[in-house]
Amino acid sequence: MSTYHLDHLQYLETEAIHIMREVAGEFERPALLFSGGKDSICLLRLAEKAFRPSELPMPLLNVDTGHHFPELNIFRDHRAKELGSRLIIRTVEDAIARGISTPAPGEVSRNRLQIPTLLAAIEEFRFDCCIGGARRDEEKARAKERFFSFRDSFGQWDPKNQRPEIWNLYNGRLNPGENMRVFPLSNWTEQDVWEYIRRERLEVPTIYFSHRRLCVRRQGQWLPVNQLVPPKPNEEVRELVVRVRTIGDIISTGMVESPADSVEDIITEIAAARVTERGSRADDKSSEAAMEDRKKAGYF
Amino acid sequence: MPAEPFPITTARYADVDLSVSPSRAANSEPRSANSPRHPPVDLLRFNTCGSVDDGKSTLIGRLLYDSKSLMEDQLEALERSADITGGGQVNLANLTDGLRAEREQGITIDVAYRYFATPRRKFIIADTPGHIQYTRNMVTGASAANLSIVLVDARAGVIEQSRRHTYLTALLRIPHLVVAVNKMDLVGWSEERFNEIRAEFESFLPRLDIKDVKFIPISALLGDNVVDASVNAPWYPGPTLLQHLEAVHIGSDWNLNGFRFPVQWVNRPHNPTEPKLHDFRGFSGQIAGGIVRQGQKVMVLPSGNVTTVKEIHTFDGPVAEAFCPQSVTLLLEHDLDVSRGNMIVAWEDHLPGASTTLRANVCWMHQRPLQVGKKYFLKHTTHTVQVVVTEITHRLNISTFDQEAAPATLGLNDIGEIRLRTASPVIFDGYETNRLTGSFILIEHGTHSTVAAGMLFPPTEVVRPENDEFVI
Ligand SMILES: Nc1nc2c(ncn2[C@@H]2O[C@H](COP(=O)(O)OP(=O)(O)OP(=O)(O)O)[C@@H](O)[C@H]2O)c(=O)[nH]1
Ligand SMILES: [Mg+2]
Repeated sequence: MSTYHLDHLQYLETEAIHIMREVAGEFERPALLFSGGKDSICLLRLAEKAFRPSELPMPLLNVDTGHHFPELNIFRDHRAKELGSRLIIRTVEDAIARGISTPAPGEVSRNRLQIPTLLAAIEEFRFDCCIGGARRDEEKARAKERFFSFRDSFGQWDPKNQRPEIWNLYNGRLNPGENMRVFPLSNWTEQDVWEYIRRERLEVPTIYFSHRRLCVRRQGQWLPVNQLVPPKPNEEVRELVVRVRTIGDIISTGMVESPADSVEDIITEIAAARVTERGSRADDKSSEAAMEDRKKAGYF
Repeated sequence: MPAEPFPITTARYADVDLSVSPSRAANSEPRSANSPRHPPVDLLRFNTCGSVDDGKSTLIGRLLYDSKSLMEDQLEALERSADITGGGQVNLANLTDGLRAEREQGITIDVAYRYFATPRRKFIIADTPGHIQYTRNMVTGASAANLSIVLVDARAGVIEQSRRHTYLTALLRIPHLVVAVNKMDLVGWSEERFNEIRAEFESFLPRLDIKDVKFIPISALLGDNVVDASVNAPWYPGPTLLQHLEAVHIGSDWNLNGFRFPVQWVNRPHNPTEPKLHDFRGFSGQIAGGIVRQGQKVMVLPSGNVTTVKEIHTFDGPVAEAFCPQSVTLLLEHDLDVSRGNMIVAWEDHLPGASTTLRANVCWMHQRPLQVGKKYFLKHTTHTVQVVVTEITHRLNISTFDQEAAPATLGLNDIGEIRLRTASPVIFDGYETNRLTGSFILIEHGTHSTVAAGMLFPPTEVVRPENDEFVI
């Protein structure tokens, strides 16, 4: 093998850096969506690789559903400060108070409500492009997504009419009010993300590692017991050794039983996994096209 | 406010095996290559194409299923969808047909990407649509591939769409082609039928310039010769599809001759008080060809100024050399005017072309036909420029592969040869020598639709600096 050879992670890295820089080159007011989760942690490192020693040429944006794991928010704030980046937080709570998001009677989940919150933030700051950490291997509607995913002035994705995307030539041209979502990690798998975290020695929130936690059995999943998820009288509650594989809201993220206590363990565990990471997310299971429908409405 | 010590309980660093990589100093060698535990894995990108219903999505489903790449929840979802739509039959195509409209109609509309790995290789699959209406999506999925699988329904044989997709594979210069003759179960595994189809392909392949072609008889539905060898085709001694995908030699896709560096972004920190950063001015981009070394002489185009590379900067520290397709930041010896859309190239071997008149093959991807005299935006590397189409010289007749001279327009899905005039010079190579500096897209004014994919002819003359006077 020649010395001029990139291994697959280096290949994915250079592809992602190229996309980050295209965003900086083609858009006036981009933002980077940062949640503190493993994918967006990789995004931030790629942004550093793309833009240092300059400041990252985009603020960080997070839509706080109010149902986040507290560890995640602490990590998010810490990491933003460490990078010296501006972190913009818009909350679903506030969007509800201002009438931007309206819960249906009895609607507890913030999954739908975060969409208008995000769209309002895009409008408020006139962002023309948002970089997100979504990956095609997560879900079958995501598997159809372009790197540069065009959204109309209502934030909608039209999967039947996506722009062709040929070679590494991305068409970032927009009319006023239109918006681009850009996914530099499109070609990464869960395994790649963890291998990158290992290679780059990235810091990740501790909930990804095995820990003891009180969990309640609900709809075939172990949910973390907390104020928002109080066990009902006849539900099974157990203290388990668990970790999270994918982080959604605290009311819908299934904890997986796992002894994985290091990045090395996690990589081994994923290699042998029999379910996908989204297998532990209730929000995707609600219907066959749950993700597609949310994306059409403006979700990531 | 004093900086808060970070609560150690909420974050942890990735633990790193120090025997692998004790230092964070930059290193252009793949770091994992040194580790016996993580041998370098190479990546094969392939796509499936061919006509509607020839079984592309079913094949990908079968490949994932039989290579045990599917997870339990994916299998459950597959079984659930079978109950609703399939009359109890599991439909393997549902694994990639992820949109509701696709599952309703049983067709693929847009490319689906899937990822899987065997101990030998990592794979990125693009399952592209066969429907002629979605040819633009086929081109999207195929443009990045190292290998293309054209499926043919053994009953129908070679039809127009099989020819179109094979031609596009050749035009895009995908080095490897697999012709998978599918639905062999429906023709009684007839060796004669297989040979007929093969002969038909072989009658036109010589005109297409594809280096490596492999024919495999399969049944995507039943799994014959996909992962496991078929017992139904004793007359076929060759590898199964997966064996072939694992073994096919993928050389470098990248051109390592002729350094090409399209500038993407000027890296200019705004820290006037930080002495180290005060004078930092770097040019960031992804190397689109060749190798660059510290101290090397380079020319900035289109200005023609010559300077040397002072430093190759990366986040992990400076490196002595870098190669295609790495992403780096170049610091130059002289303070030159360089911005996004300029190209830095090696001085003075393998110089690129620079011209305002271009010749190209295009694949037209929009309902509104290409018109002579109409203006478009042309995006080439990181450079976007206005162009006008001056001539349509030829259009391909898919049924005969003949070139029809001087057609009035190119319509949706037409492939043709055009000439363009650009508002400012384009620095380019022929597509056959460099995919990245030889390709472009056309964008329509107003709608901003991407209307064409273009592949440039080699330059008739290379950049020729008049004299050395501008060499600083
Ligand atoms: N008998 C038989 N049927 C097959 C085989 N492969 C695919 N089919 C059937 O052919 C039909 C079309 O298959 P798909 O996989 O959806 O075809 P496609 O090529 O992906 O179609 P588009 O993406 O819409 O172009 C389905 O009903 C499959 O079950 C095969 O090897 N044998
Ligand atoms: Mg299909």
